[in-house]
Amino acid sequence: MTEETHDVRLHVNGATYDVSVPPRRLLSDALRHDCGLTGTHVGCEHGVCGACTVLVDGRPTRSCLMFAVSAQDTEITTVEGLTNPDGSLGPVQQAFLECHGLQCGFCTPGFLTTITAGLAENPSPTRDEAREMIAGNLCRCTGYQNIVKAVERAAELGSAT
Amino acid sequence: MKPAPFAYVRPGTLEEALEALAADPGAKVLAGGQSLVPLLSMRLAAPSRLVDINGLPDLDRVRTDADGVRLGALARHADVLADADAGRVQPLLPLALANVAHATIRNRGTTVGSLVHADAAAEMPVVLRLLGGSVDVASVRGRRTIAADDLFAGPLESTLDHDEIAVEAFFPALAAGAGVGFEEIARRHGDYALCGVAALVERDGDRVTVARAGYLSVCDVPTVVDLTPALDDGLDDATLDAAADLALDALEPADDIHATADYRAQLARVLTARVLRAAYDHAGSRRAA
Ligand SMILES: Cc1cc2nc3c(=O)[nH]c(=O)nc-3n(C[C@H](O)[C@H](O)[C@H](O)COP(=O)(O)OP(=O)(O)OC[C@H]3O[C@@H](n4cnc5c(N)ncnc54)[C@H](O)[C@@H]3O)c2cc1C
Ligand code: FES
Ligand code: FES
Repeated sequence: MTEETHDVRLHVNGATYDVSVPPRRLLSDALRHDCGLTGTHVGCEHGVCGACTVLVDGRPTRSCLMFAVSAQDTEITTVEGLTNPDGSLGPVQQAFLECHGLQCGFCTPGFLTTITAGLAENPSPTRDEAREMIAGNLCRCTGYQNIVKAVERAAELGSAT
Repeated sequence: MKPAPFAYVRPGTLEEALEALAADPGAKVLAGGQSLVPLLSMRLAAPSRLVDINGLPDLDRVRTDADGVRLGALARHADVLADADAGRVQPLLPLALANVAHATIRNRGTTVGSLVHADAAAEMPVVLRLLGGSVDVASVRGRRTIAADDLFAGPLESTLDHDEIAVEAFFPALAAGAGVGFEEIARRHGDYALCGVAALVERDGDRVTVARAGYLSVCDVPTVVDLTPALDDGLDDATLDAAADLALDALEPADDIHATADYRAQLARVLTARVLRAAYDHAGSRRAA
């Protein structure tokens, strides 16, 4: 039996990808395998860990809980889209570097996308708000202290620009 | 962990969606996917076809008037939580929604989908039941309204027929002189709760005329208990304890891997007292305001 496929146009980080995928292709897999954007990481594949978080029309979304066919006509931002136009690190990425907000880096793409959207909504979070912002993402090695610091640092960097 | 193959349609009108559902007995509705996609990935469900309702027009609306709040099937938890009018007319909506998963899940998950999913560990089914709300459903056969008390058939089972789509949920407004409270205990904020309680109290001066509490994660289905008789002599530590006794008589807390039945009963007892008091005070503050 051959599986039905759908032609889907994905808009990712401002570029267009025309892919042909079976309906069961998760958006996370489409980004990684069909678009070659392996910055998006897949941990639990059932919505719990947050590693696969991307922005869909600006809103943090679990790419493992969405099918690529449903993402047609949306604007997707992955971690690859968070750098500055000249290729240097964006403010949230820079803050993670400065604050030692990562060790293995597996969870990092999900944190970076989540925090980018969080700061767009609330550019100067309190410490509690910074913690709340990342409450849906798991990190198994760095611990959250430096990640919370990175949120605060990213807010500083963001307000400076 | 990948879903089994399925066919996919994304209709542009409700009529087409209803026809697609009716034509395939193995088809399922895809709304926010925040409950369905994990079930598919773990292969706990294998529908032959998904009818994606995310392309249907006008279903994302939140409409509020003096009677209450009407949520279209595509209103995301996050949109309802952020809707100030909805929260003013029915303050229990934001109180409870803030406890539904994490913000990222709320961006995509729909409140109506959560009602139809009928998880006894979910917040909004028990809120709908406590408030006496309802769900409007459509099929090729016509439309009907299902009262909250008739919506929950069993664990993860609602009384919608296979070919029906829930188009709108109605949460009644909070009456003058009434107050609400909500609290839950979860291992981590944003997780499904070990136990959660929502309360609705109506008062006439210091007298409690109505006291009801809804329980999540305690029984197999979202359960509401009338606690008014326990508070006949007013609200104090002793009567709150009596109210918790009354509630526990009606509930059957269950053991699972997350908590023993005894621990759940203890949580239900403590939370019952807390939310009844909070709802009582809330009713008082609304009168004063
Ligand atoms: C990590 C994680 C944590 C979570 N924590 C919580 C929590 O603490 N509390 C909580 O309440 N929920 C929680 N959820 C679930 C979340 O709230 C879901 O959004 C919600 O349960 C289902 O809504 P949905 O729109 O995603 O529905 P879907 O997943 O699309 O569908 C769920 C089911 O309902 C059916 N359905 C959906 N909409 C309709 C409709 N309009 N008509 C007919 N059938 C329909 C589908 O066919 C399916 O069977 C969590 C989810 C995740 C992934
Ligand atoms: S991989 Fe998507 S949340 Fe864990
Ligand atoms: S840096 Fe390793 S899991 Fe977070």
